[in-house]
Amino acid sequence: MKRALVLLRRRLFGAVPVLLIVVAGTFLLLEAAPGDAVDAYAVSVGGDAGLIEDLRRQWGLDQSPATRLATYLWALMRGDLGWSVSFSRPIRDLILERLPTTFLLMGTATALSFGLGTLLGIVAGARPGSLRDRTLSLASLALYAVPGFWLGMVLIVIFSIQLRWLPIGGIETIASGKSGVDRALDIARHLVLPVAALGFIYLALYLRMMRAGMAEIWRMDFIAAAKARGISRRRLVLRHVARNALLPLVTMLGLQSASMLGGSVVIESVFAVPGIGRLAQEAVASRDAPLLLGIILISAVLVIVVNLAVDMAYALLDPRVGADEASP
Amino acid sequence: MISRGVSRRVLLQGGTALLTSAVLPRIALAEEPQRGGRLIVAADSEPRNLNPAIVASNGVFFVSSKVVEPLAEASFDGKDGLSPRLATGWEGAPDGRSASFKLRTGVKWHDGKPFTSADVAFSALNLWKPLQNFGRVVFKDLETVETPDEHSAIFRFARPTPFQLIRNALPALTSVAPKHVYEGTDIADNPANLAPIGTGPYRFAEHKPGEYYRLARHADYWQAGEPYLDEIIYRVLPDRAAAAGALEAEEIHLAAFSAVPLADLQRIAKVPGIDVVTQGYEALTYQLVVEINHRRKELADLRVRQAIAHAIDKDFVVKTIFLGYATASTGPVPSNDRQFYTSDVPTYAFDVARANSLLDEAGYPRGADGTRFRLRLLPAPYFNETKQFGDYLRQALAQIGIAAELVNNDAAGHQKAVYTDHAFDLAVAPPVFRGDPAISTTILVESGIPVGVPFSNQGGYANAELDRITAEAAVTLDPEARIALYRQFQVKVAADLPLINVAEWGFTTVARSVVKNVSNNPRWAVSNWADTWLAA
Repeated sequence: MKRALVLLRRRLFGAVPVLLIVVAGTFLLLEAAPGDAVDAYAVSVGGDAGLIEDLRRQWGLDQSPATRLATYLWALMRGDLGWSVSFSRPIRDLILERLPTTFLLMGTATALSFGLGTLLGIVAGARPGSLRDRTLSLASLALYAVPGFWLGMVLIVIFSIQLRWLPIGGIETIASGKSGVDRALDIARHLVLPVAALGFIYLALYLRMMRAGMAEIWRMDFIAAAKARGISRRRLVLRHVARNALLPLVTMLGLQSASMLGGSVVIESVFAVPGIGRLAQEAVASRDAPLLLGIILISAVLVIVVNLAVDMAYALLDPRVGADEASP
Repeated sequence: MISRGVSRRVLLQGGTALLTSAVLPRIALAEEPQRGGRLIVAADSEPRNLNPAIVASNGVFFVSSKVVEPLAEASFDGKDGLSPRLATGWEGAPDGRSASFKLRTGVKWHDGKPFTSADVAFSALNLWKPLQNFGRVVFKDLETVETPDEHSAIFRFARPTPFQLIRNALPALTSVAPKHVYEGTDIADNPANLAPIGTGPYRFAEHKPGEYYRLARHADYWQAGEPYLDEIIYRVLPDRAAAAGALEAEEIHLAAFSAVPLADLQRIAKVPGIDVVTQGYEALTYQLVVEINHRRKELADLRVRQAIAHAIDKDFVVKTIFLGYATASTGPVPSNDRQFYTSDVPTYAFDVARANSLLDEAGYPRGADGTRFRLRLLPAPYFNETKQFGDYLRQALAQIGIAAELVNNDAAGHQKAVYTDHAFDLAVAPPVFRGDPAISTTILVESGIPVGVPFSNQGGYANAELDRITAEAAVTLDPEARIALYRQFQVKVAADLPLINVAEWGFTTVARSVVKNVSNNPRWAVSNWADTWLAA
């Protein structure tokens, strides 16, 4: 347990510069994009020069980029994420309102891809090179090659428009007045298609990794020894091969949480899910720098936390990790 | 204009409405309207400010025109193309220094307070004139608004202002906001900008960001018996493909503003119970325009501009890019405008040989690779059609030896590149004709416009004669004389080509057949929907 705590402390200190770099980098990138928030807004409404000047002053865009970044960082240090000009609302509220939705979507999709991917990986890896293995590997690769938005649209056409089994989008039936279990079931129904679209794509990664890991372990000496001891095949596959191949998957889980956020931008738009990904896309289109910074910051924190959790899990699972730091 | 796959209702209800609506009763009106029901429509954006008195844009109107009403609305058959809303009568003084309005009596705000002339005076002086994107132009000379009694308002102008212009601006620019809510507050930051309070048939009930807006029936609406619907829900569907799917899956009733892409229309028109309607946008005509940077020496030559005009096959553009849902343009005023339009202008037939000889004449012979010169072409990203026309124009220019490099930006990037940095040679723009050339049309060719103003002349074009006509029309009070000036304006623009007008289009509405009284005025999508109802 001590090892885990040392690791935790070290990682938390390391996270601060990472977050600063993320903020500054995002700010500069958005600054380099042509046009500012007033340009983006002026396109949608039109207006004369005076109006545009007034807006730029009101929104603080007449100041230099350095001043704006400094103002932003100063506010951030006091825990203030700022004000979104494109939504006329506090950024904290905007993000908090959408975070649960994205968590739910990402969490379920991650669980689906990790759980099902690992399971199928074990099935494939139990007999590397078999017909079952080859079929599964090929099918998962095919899924991996499909763009997320396309898979989403195909699912909508089949299950929402043709069969009408599931809703076309959104997170729950609009203004339905449902509550309790009814509402939970309603949300679950709405999540089926976006979770499938997001989860199926990453499923291949876990499947392939599990299978490759198992294929390698089958060739190891201790497996030969275990076989010689007459351990049952089922026990051999699950306890000896699969368990050892599982460790790299945990690492992968941490890394994937970041790319899952990227994937949710697309999936949330296709399925009209009011989450962080869609908010990020709207922030970029409207050049709302503080909003985008807020989203990126929250996402970065999220990725750091997930990776930290993965490392801690690792430290608990594998006695070798962090051992040298804990025993000086 | 109407292409294949037209539904029965289009033909019956709208197709001939402009011509015969005064004679034939409309079919939809023959049915007995039913009360109640929830209308669900697709929305693609959530504006940052929903107050139409401050932001006169279609994105805002689409939701808030049901909540906040203007003095008058556009009409197919009303006098001057208007039907009364909060004003029941209007008259301009002969000297152009004042305009008086008779206001409707017995109107209540959604919070129960009575609507009076004080609200109109407050909105005009504190919102339209200083804050509103177009009001700042049209009401710039407004000095005071007198309120002799609770239901009369007299607008006084510092300089003569044509009443024709004020009248044409009524539907879009005169949404009335409640004085008692805004007075003494920071108007731009008032919470009512996000949850508007108005006099309209529906009150603003709820906004769930990223999901929907909900409007609920205003029981005390001044038009007894209306509105028919209990609720209107705007369901936010950001994906371009979503609206068509949601209509087919019967999750929404209606998608306006061409939310269903042109390419899907033919297919969806065949789905039973779904109608494609092309009417209801006559007062919101969008124009497909090639903007020209006259700072480029080649483009400053009229012969080169004429050559480009001759190189564009407008017929092809209408048929292939707009799939027939558009009309070829002749000049800066769209042909469906009934006050100002003239077809008696110089035209440019599709003629590649003529274009090539014009360029030879201008002194730009083809080089060894067949290219005369190169330029940058920036298509506006706002519509599929503007992007597709950019691709077409590049090919059309190649035919006459002009190598165009396509530069694609997103909306903010395009706005900056064209209207602020002038980093373009040709650009494709979709300006809107708003019922009067003085509102947003003359600005496209006028000189001396500050840098950064969207949809304005940022191409460095300056023509003293056109500027004079524009200035004179701005103070000409006699409607006929004013119309004559704007006809001259159209002739000059078509002759000198400060920009090239290619096509003009209205949007399409796709609705389930149960929705009745769709598209029964020329600004239907952004009007109040008080008479819209759902058949059970």
